[in-house]
This record gives sequence, C-alpha cells and structure tokens, in this order.
Amino acid sequence: MTRPDRYLRRFCAVILATAGLSFTAVPASAESVLRIAMTSSDIPLTTGQPDSGFEGYRFLGYTIYDALVLWDLSSADKASGLTPGLAESWEVDPSDPRVWTFSLRRNVTFHDGSPWDADAAIWNLEKIYNENSPQFDARQAGNVRGRIPSMGEYDKVDDYTIRFTTTEPDAWFPYQLTFLLFSSPAQWEAVGRDWNAFASNPSGTGPFKLERLVPRERAELVPNPDYWDGNRVPKTDRVVLLPMPEANTRTAALLSGQVDWIEAPAPDAIPRMRSAGMTITSNPYPHTWPYQFSMLEGSPWRDINVRKAANLAVDRDGLNALLGGLMVPAVGIVTPDHPWFGNPGFEIRYDPDEARRLLAESGYGPGNPVNVKVLISTSGSGQMQPLAMNEYIQQNLRDVGINIEFEVLDWESLFPNWRRGAADPSSLGAHATNISFGWLDPFAAFYRFMHSSMAAPNGFNWGALSDPEYDRLLDLARSTFDTTEQDKVLAEFHAKMVDDAAWLMVAHDVGPRAMSPKVQGFVQAKNWFQDIAPVSIAP
Amino acid sequence: MLTYFSKRLLFMVPITLAVSLICFSLVHLSPGQPMDAVVSADAPAEVVELVRRAYGFDRPLPVQFGLWVQRAVQGDLGLSVATGRPVVLEVMGALKNTLILATAAALIGFPLGMLFGTLAGYFKGSLLDRLLTGIAVTGVSVPHYWLGMVLVIVFSVHLNMLPATGAGPGASTDWAFEAAYLRHLILPAVTLSVIPMGIMTRTIRAMVGEILAHDFVEALRAKGLPEWRVFLHVVKNAAPTALAVMGLQLGYLLGGSILVETVFSWPGTGMLLNNAIFRRDLPLLQGTILVLALFFLALNLLVDLAQTWLDPRIKRA
Repeated sequence: MTRPDRYLRRFCAVILATAGLSFTAVPASAESVLRIAMTSSDIPLTTGQPDSGFEGYRFLGYTIYDALVLWDLSSADKASGLTPGLAESWEVDPSDPRVWTFSLRRNVTFHDGSPWDADAAIWNLEKIYNENSPQFDARQAGNVRGRIPSMGEYDKVDDYTIRFTTTEPDAWFPYQLTFLLFSSPAQWEAVGRDWNAFASNPSGTGPFKLERLVPRERAELVPNPDYWDGNRVPKTDRVVLLPMPEANTRTAALLSGQVDWIEAPAPDAIPRMRSAGMTITSNPYPHTWPYQFSMLEGSPWRDINVRKAANLAVDRDGLNALLGGLMVPAVGIVTPDHPWFGNPGFEIRYDPDEARRLLAESGYGPGNPVNVKVLISTSGSGQMQPLAMNEYIQQNLRDVGINIEFEVLDWESLFPNWRRGAADPSSLGAHATNISFGWLDPFAAFYRFMHSSMAAPNGFNWGALSDPEYDRLLDLARSTFDTTEQDKVLAEFHAKMVDDAAWLMVAHDVGPRAMSPKVQGFVQAKNWFQDIAPVSIAP
Repeated sequence: MLTYFSKRLLFMVPITLAVSLICFSLVHLSPGQPMDAVVSADAPAEVVELVRRAYGFDRPLPVQFGLWVQRAVQGDLGLSVATGRPVVLEVMGALKNTLILATAAALIGFPLGMLFGTLAGYFKGSLLDRLLTGIAVTGVSVPHYWLGMVLVIVFSVHLNMLPATGAGPGASTDWAFEAAYLRHLILPAVTLSVIPMGIMTRTIRAMVGEILAHDFVEALRAKGLPEWRVFLHVVKNAAPTALAVMGLQLGYLLGGSILVETVFSWPGTGMLLNNAIFRRDLPLLQGTILVLALFFLALNLLVDLAQTWLDPRIKRA
C-alpha cells in the first residue's frame, strides 16, 4: 500500500469509527456460496421460460429446469453439441420426416417430488401452445414460441413417449427443443394455479432449486441432490445471482470482494482486474457482430462492389486491439474452423486499396462517396462495445469513400425493429442495421436471415434479401436429416453468401467473464450457455 | 387555513391526472411498444398479437387510460407487464429503499448546506465564503454518476473499506438499522447529498446576505445586542426559505436518484423507473410516477403549512 493510501485509509477509519460503524467483515458462513453478478437489470422470469435473452436461460433456465434436449457444455475445446435431457432418445419417422418420437427419461422427479412423464410434458406444451388451457401463460408463450418455428402438433403415445408433428420437414427441430423448459404441473396446482406465485416457488427438474427470490435484487439457488444426472449435482452449497446492469458496478463489486464472478466486465478494467489476481475467462462462441444490409430499392448495398468494398475497408485487427483482444475477426457468419464455413472465393480482409478500386469500378470516388444510414444501439445483449466499434468502422469506411450516418437507438427500440424490417417507418430509412446474434443452429445462423420467406414480418430477414439459390440451399439443408450431408449443403450456402458479401462481417465475441481466484472448476464452453453445476468455491 | 388545506388537496386531483396522462402519452410517443418487454424479438406476429390481447394493449389508447384511472382510484395500479407482479407492491418496496437513501442523504446534505450557507452568508466576501461557495458550486456541478464511480474506486476498490453495491449483505427486505447495512448506505448517501448540499448552501448564503442588509439587523446591533444573538435572529429569519428549499430537495431526492441508484445497484424507485423505461413497462412506469408525484405534492403541502407555522407573516387564506 502506498503512503497516501495509508493516510487516506487512516483518515477514513477515524471518520467512520467515530460514527460507530464496524469495519469488520461480515463473518464468513460455513457453507460455500458462489455470488454471480449478471448484466440484466432484474431477475429473469423463473416460471420456466425465462426472459432477458440467453442470460436468462443461462442462469435461471438451465439451472432450475431441463429441456428434452440439452447442450453438452462440458468441453471448452470443441463446439457444443446436443445431448439427451428429459428425453433419453429421439428419432424421426423415415416415412414422414415431419413426425418425431421422443422417449422420455424415467425415474425423474420435479423438485416438489411429483413425477416427470408424458402427461407432464403435454401439460407443459399446452401451457405454451393452447390458449384455452387453464395453465396457458402468455408471458412464457411469448418468450419461447418464436424459438420453435416448426412446432405443429403433439400427442402422448404412452406414459414415457410423446410425438411431435412439425409443420414441415425440419432436421433442426431438436435444436429448437433446447429452448422448451418443463415446469411442474403439481407445483402450479399447489400454489393456487397462479404463475406469479409459481415464480417465487418454482419447481423444475434441473440441478438447482430456487430457494429465495427477491425481485430486482437477488435469486438464491441451492443444489438439487436428487438430480437425475449424478455428474451434474452442484458442487457449491448456494449460488446467489445478482442483477447489475452497469459494467463498472460489476467490476467494482468483484474487485471489492462483494461477488465472485461477473459477466461481461468493462474491457478497460481488465488489466486492473488481472493485476488484482482475478481470472479472466473467454472463449469464442457462436456469436456474430455484423451490419445486415437493406436490399430495398435505392439501397447502395444492392451493388456487390459496394458490399465487398465495405468488407475490405474494415481493419478488424485494429478493432481487436481497441477491444483489448476480446474479439475474433469475422470473415463469415461462422468461423473458418466450423463445418459450415465452406470454401469461399472472396477473402474478407483489410485491403483499402482494393476497396477503393471496387468503388471506382461502380462509379464512386472522392467527389461521389457512397452515403448510407445505419441503425445502431448504445448498448445491448451481445452488442459488445457498440459505440466505440461503430465509430471505428465509420472512420475505416470513410477512408475508402463510404460515408455512414448513424441513427442511434436504445437497445429496446433497435431489437424489436429487427423483425419489422428495413421498409418499416421505425427503420427511419436506414440502409443497414447493427444487431449481433447467436448461431447455435442452422435456423438461427442462416435461415431466419437469408431465406426470402423470412422477410418482415415473418423473420429477421431485415433487408428483404431474396436469392432463389439461397432459398434452394437452405430448404435442402433443412430437409437433409443426415448431419454430414447437411453440413455440406450448409457449407456450400455459406461460401456463396461470403462470395456475395451479403453482409458486412465484423467480429465474433469471446464472452469475457472475470472471476475471483477462489472460483474453481469452471469450463467455459463454446456456447452462449454455461454450466455452473461443476463450479466450486475454495475456502 | 382549513380552506387553504382543502383547496390544495383538491388541486392535487387534476395535477395527478395530468401527470399520469403526460406519462402515458410519452410512453406511447417514444419508440418501441409496451409489449417489447414481454415478447422476445423472435416471437412471430400472431404471438405478439396474442400477448397484446392478453394484456389489453389491443384496446384504443383512451380506453386503456380510462381503465387505468378507474383502477388507480381504487388503489389498484395493475400488474407489471415485465414481471407480472403487482405494481403497488413493486413501488412500495422500492419507495421504502429510496426513503432510507433519501433520508440519509438529507441528513448529510441539509445540515452541511445550512452550516455552509449561513457561514458563507455571514462572512460574505471572506476567504471562508469563497471556500464554502466553491464547495457548493462543485457539489452542484459534479455529475452524480462520476462522483459515485470515483467514491467506489477509492473506498471500495482501492481501499476495500466500504461495499460498492447493493442495499446490504442480504436483500433490502432484510434491511435493519445495523452496521452491516449502514456500511452499504454510506457511499450512495454521500453521493446523493452533494447536490442538495450545494443548493442549500447557495440559497441560504443569498438569504443570509439579504437579511443582514435589513434595517432590523442594524437596529439590533445599535441596541447593543451581542453578535451571536444577532446571528440567531438572522438564522431564524432564513428558516422559512431553508425549509422550502429542503422540501423541494427532499422531493428531488425521492424521485431523482436514477443514476445514483443504478451505479450502486440500490433497489429504489430510481432503479425501478430506469427498468420500467427501458423495458417499456407502462403500468410500472405510470404507477411509480403517480406515487412519486403524490409524494412530491404531499411534501410540498406539508412544507407550505410548516412555513406558515414558522413565519406568521406568510398568510395562507
């Protein structure tokens, strides 16, 4: 400690001691407690289908509940795959590929002791899809229905078998089911058939039970010792989840020992945290930070030379340095090591001279720049550091002759605009939108953005991109049930999309987290979701 | 006095209605829709429509407002769109936390402001005056947000003496008047106190300066009254103004601590409003603003009555 520090400390000690306040730390209890600061401003919904995006699923979804199909989050090295959850196995009917049969796991009970079986599964599906059922919950339906676009009919085959019929053949259906979490029908009855009461006393089948919920302040989870997967019984006695939307507050809370783990630390504070002995974990995961172009009449992005020039104008290494190394330069929607990347002929790189040449070829030059308007946000889930990054890109593009004017919206306005599309008045005439996203499965990665049927208001094809070859390849991939063959089709699609410079590809996030050295056993999977069950706290 | 009191109470009705209507209109004029809080962006149009119906947002705006007013007069502020919890419970829980913070800030800011203002006014033009006025101007000018972060960096991160965030080691529902919780109160209360302290200092300084120029002060001195007795007379004459400023500042402290509560994750009305604005949670926003507006009006009324009691020259008829 430096001398001024010492004097300051003594001075403050005298002042506060005079006020009769004790400086002694709150005595540590015998139980091990893991305290996590989340980025959300409230505790995500605890009734089964969480809100607050994927952070809600990460901390109050997959902790209290299970899905039929789960993500395998045990490896930090390989891309996360699917693994059986509340279903032990599933198969698609070869004669009618719309029909899926799921065999449910036996000997599983909800936290309240009631059994998990086909009746409980169907009851949960009615909760989401049948507006006339007593257990229907509009909030949960709103949170999950959009994530399972192929859901058609469902029925019980026997006590441990259920059957789904999708609206069309969809090889990606099991991925979508990872978002459907199952709550206890018996507990809902026990709390008076009231979802608000259920939120405070929820019951799922997950590795954790919710012991205490104080809205906007904290959720406390304790282990479910009877969890069906013995390898995932939690190793800490208690997990306390605290909402802290402000990055600097989270950083200060970690450095002062109030929490053990923070999500998304402020990048400029990372050297300080490292010097204080904190562990910074990161791992690339399925995330892309792009500009999605408008292909409406009058948009300069309709010219492939302009799209390619923009992709060649961005100095991604410089951007990476700006972010303290906490990004991976994007040269496609997926990363080059991914099976869907393919072999594109157009190499996305930093080459401003080639960018200027392409613009000149299309008649643009110093006296005639390209003028575009882009919707950006000030913050938001997965948006990384949107203002700094966009200003950097604006400078890069101006250097080659593309002038960007920003329409800055708050995240809560920009995000809903995604589905409304470029032609909607709320887009304010913009030619591109800057919304980052997760590509956990092919539907989320490509289909919802680039299939012509997904143009507003059906999906996230914001710019009304329409290419018959894209549609053909995506439809083919969706109906190819052999994974290897499906990967080949997706690789062909992705290569074509990169060759067309369909979007401006900028960055992939690496999901930085900062932790006290006491946190042990955390494996950061290449995924939006993480498993906190194996995490322990050293005394 | 009774007529005045009744009149003021009656005035509260149109004011409250106007506040609610303005709040309701602003939410609908701003980009985004109330349903954005509930429905994820992935949700297809029919699901959005379904949820809009379930929450009654498909009705014409005047009908929505009318229904809300009808329920509000019966004490039912509805349910939060984002959380489904009753707005009354949300607001009351948060109000308790904000009252704790505002009281602590007032206990720091008001006495200091009165002391600094009186001294600066009494010794106008002196070095002490310049020093205290400098502190006051700094207090008014420094952004809350920045000061809060600096205090956290110094006292929490650097010196590890005080907690950086939260209302206590447990939840605010467990709040107790004991050291473990009071430690959490110090930094946000100090941060929040600097603006009222600065405003009080400047107002009282001006008031004391003005009173000192009055003939009666000259007369008191000419009669040979000791200077400390003269000082007491001056302070007494400045009291009604000080009280009015305190009332206003207390009102601002209750409603205007969004930034401080966010920086310190203090679960009060400021943070509640912040959440409600960003999540377009219309019932929560309207309910919180209504309760704060009523609180502010009631506080003003109390201050006005107290002023009359303190200073008989002020007639309220």
